[in-house]
Amino acid sequence: MQSDALTFSEIINTLTMQGGFNTSAVILGTTLLGIAAGVIGAFSLLRKRSLTADALSHATLPGIAGAFLIVTALGFEGRSMPVLMIGAAITGIVGVACIHFILHHTRLKEDAAIGIVLSVFFGIGVVLLSVVQTSSSGSAAGINHYIYGQTAAMTRSDAMLMGFIGVVASLIALVMLKEFMLVCFNDHFARSIGLPVWLIDSIMLGLVVVITVAGLQAVGLILIVAMLIIPPAAARFWTDRLWKLVLVSALIGGVSGYAGASISALLPRKPAGSVIVLVAGALFAISMLIAPARGIIADSIRRVRLRIRIAVDHVLETLYEIEIGLEKNPHHSFDATLIWLMKRRGWITTRDQQLVLTSSGRLQGQRIHRNHQLWEQYLVSYADIAPTHVDWSVDLVEHVLTDDLIDELESALRERGVELANPWDHVGENA
Amino acid sequence: MIPNWMQTFLTLDAFPLIAAILAALSCGLLGNFLILRKQSLMGDAISHAVLPGLVVAFLITQSRSPGIMFVGAAFSAILTVALVELIKRLGKVEPGAAMGVVFSVLFALGVYLLESASARSIDLDADCVLHGNLQTLFWMDSPLRFEELWSMQTLEGIPRQLWTLLGTTVAVVAFIGVFFKELRISSFDPGISTVQGINAGIMHMALMSFVAIAAVASFEAVGSILVIAMLICPAATARLLTDRLISQIIVSAIVAFLTAIVGYAIASKMNVNAAGMMASVSGAFVLVAMIASPSHGMVAKSRNQRRLGRLVALEDLLGNLYRIEELNQTATKAQLIETLGNASRTRHSIERALSDGLIAMNQDQIELTESGRARGASIIRKHRLWEGYLVEKAGLSPDHVHATAEQLEHLDLSSKLPSVLSNQDIDPQGKPIPREHESE
Repeated sequence: MQSDALTFSEIINTLTMQGGFNTSAVILGTTLLGIAAGVIGAFSLLRKRSLTADALSHATLPGIAGAFLIVTALGFEGRSMPVLMIGAAITGIVGVACIHFILHHTRLKEDAAIGIVLSVFFGIGVVLLSVVQTSSSGSAAGINHYIYGQTAAMTRSDAMLMGFIGVVASLIALVMLKEFMLVCFNDHFARSIGLPVWLIDSIMLGLVVVITVAGLQAVGLILIVAMLIIPPAAARFWTDRLWKLVLVSALIGGVSGYAGASISALLPRKPAGSVIVLVAGALFAISMLIAPARGIIADSIRRVRLRIRIAVDHVLETLYEIEIGLEKNPHHSFDATLIWLMKRRGWITTRDQQLVLTSSGRLQGQRIHRNHQLWEQYLVSYADIAPTHVDWSVDLVEHVLTDDLIDELESALRERGVELANPWDHVGENA
Repeated sequence: MIPNWMQTFLTLDAFPLIAAILAALSCGLLGNFLILRKQSLMGDAISHAVLPGLVVAFLITQSRSPGIMFVGAAFSAILTVALVELIKRLGKVEPGAAMGVVFSVLFALGVYLLESASARSIDLDADCVLHGNLQTLFWMDSPLRFEELWSMQTLEGIPRQLWTLLGTTVAVVAFIGVFFKELRISSFDPGISTVQGINAGIMHMALMSFVAIAAVASFEAVGSILVIAMLICPAATARLLTDRLISQIIVSAIVAFLTAIVGYAIASKMNVNAAGMMASVSGAFVLVAMIASPSHGMVAKSRNQRRLGRLVALEDLLGNLYRIEELNQTATKAQLIETLGNASRTRHSIERALSDGLIAMNQDQIELTESGRARGASIIRKHRLWEGYLVEKAGLSPDHVHATAEQLEHLDLSSKLPSVLSNQDIDPQGKPIPREHESE
């Protein structure tokens, strides 16, 4: 599809950062920014501020266009990155302040506050942008890149500034790791031990502003928020631990930045921002599928295992109850695969064309039967459920009782003076 | 003959203006239900996420017919809603983050495909996604005479986007009209709605589909940014102005209509982007409502607060004078200011009480008039009843109740207190509680 076919060596050179100093600088800068965005995004996610960042990034547009207009009117070069970044930061912060103001002084809720700031600030930005386009001659072309991102238009010093900001932001987050974690984990507790929660929150938000503004040129203001949201959301599938979340998120952010910038260096016509976000999105999809902690596959395996265990338990219990004469109907049909599986595990065997328990199977069946009875007794004597109604809920619970819980049930029922059926009672009757 | 200025208007502005109004109306009306469900950002997410649907539909069919565009966009809208739910459940992340993941990836996909497509010179481009091409809806052969305005030729001259928008607006109005009851119940309380046999899930999907349809129809003409602004701002403005859903919907329609006209007028005058200006104007409406709404505005709220503050100060003054009279003493203005603190406020309430005939000056001593004494007694009655309640029912110790009673005495909740107290004549500190009839 691409007219300028890529040679293998071109690809390798770019990926190993040997594809020209400029390209390497851009790739390095984007990678560092990706790492920083992953780290700071993780805290933002835990503070439930993901979409505040979206409003913030949209609110940078009037700042960019406004800074350009003002600086150009004063007779300087309007396109310089630091100037535009300062403008972006100012209106971005004003935007976040507006969200807080709307939240605290009107009856509107957070979703509306974010939506209002996002669309109105962006609308003002579009207006200013059209002023830029009509009033100044040609020099405005660079500004459009801030919307969708354009790594190809970045100079070496732009890229290095971006990388430097990424490193500094990551370092600040590392230094304040403990405070950030405390505030994210439980801000009331943090306040009660004397931490200045407001200050720490402001620093977190400040870092979000810094990352957003630094990433504008490479990723663009519509999609920069993706670098703050997607890596931590993907990391969520891998772990429940906070510091691991930060680590995985940083890794995913870094890889997205690196891969995205490299691909867009190889295919210059593709907007870098969307490539980076698509890479991050792909990593997210992979995480959602295969992550062992919460991924879809791991989750389904766990579910299937539980269902098999419940089915096995059910067969063992029924056979045991037939043995002890509790279950009068000896003709049960069970799933053939299940029977095969249980025979392989040596729990049941066929004798005279009848399924019977082996000794280890009998022990299991006995245990399940006893759990069932214990829980039944508990419900009748503690939860005041009529004896005729307990069976249904028991069937659901008995499979998840742990040994500790069973011990506890036993002693609780004994204390209440409930007579417990001796597990060996029925064995004698039957033998 | 149609005068020259009007001819210019018809050629340049008539169609864009109508398109803007229709887009604003269809999005603005739907926004009411989004804001009730606290899902305004779902509109934001959908309007970002329809982009890849549009582009893919176009790339597959190479056609821009509205039917095909709708199918593509509706598909990605439904995909968005489903993916957000899936990620929310599986990833256990907040809804905002789930939404952010979905719409930013889909939007990135859309931009990517768009750029690939525009490399093959196709008339979709990324900038038009954001601010539409409102100002290109010229009426090339606008009529020269009034009679021609009502001819077939006029009908034929109306561009496709306008028909689409008109159809969408009618459909949205019909949807809200027919399903108003269902929408209202399922927005306020999905649980009750299910009990009443209205499937909240289906209403949710229906609403989201209409948001998607409105977003797509408005997309081409006014761009995604105005779609988002219109989905949120008019409804938010109306929410600040009204309390009933019906009036909120009507107000939001009026606000959307005005936003489109005012925004377009300013944009034409200043020669700037119209969609952006309309979004700015919609923000200005929110701001005005925030400040000046008679019921929920900041001005009204602070006025109410000041009024309450003055009332409390007056009641404190009368109560204090009543206490002083109980001890058979009198007080001067200076003494009162000293005991009550807050000099300027106390001075104000003394002046007010004087002009209302609640107190009178006897040389430099201040005395209660008959009506002033009645009000003072009623305040002290409430105060001491509350003290009794706090000691007897809330188990506080008698020397800890004064400050709380000092605040509660201004509330109108005291009428039931006597019936729950065992001792209605003496307060915990042994002071008499003034009788009801004294305060009449």
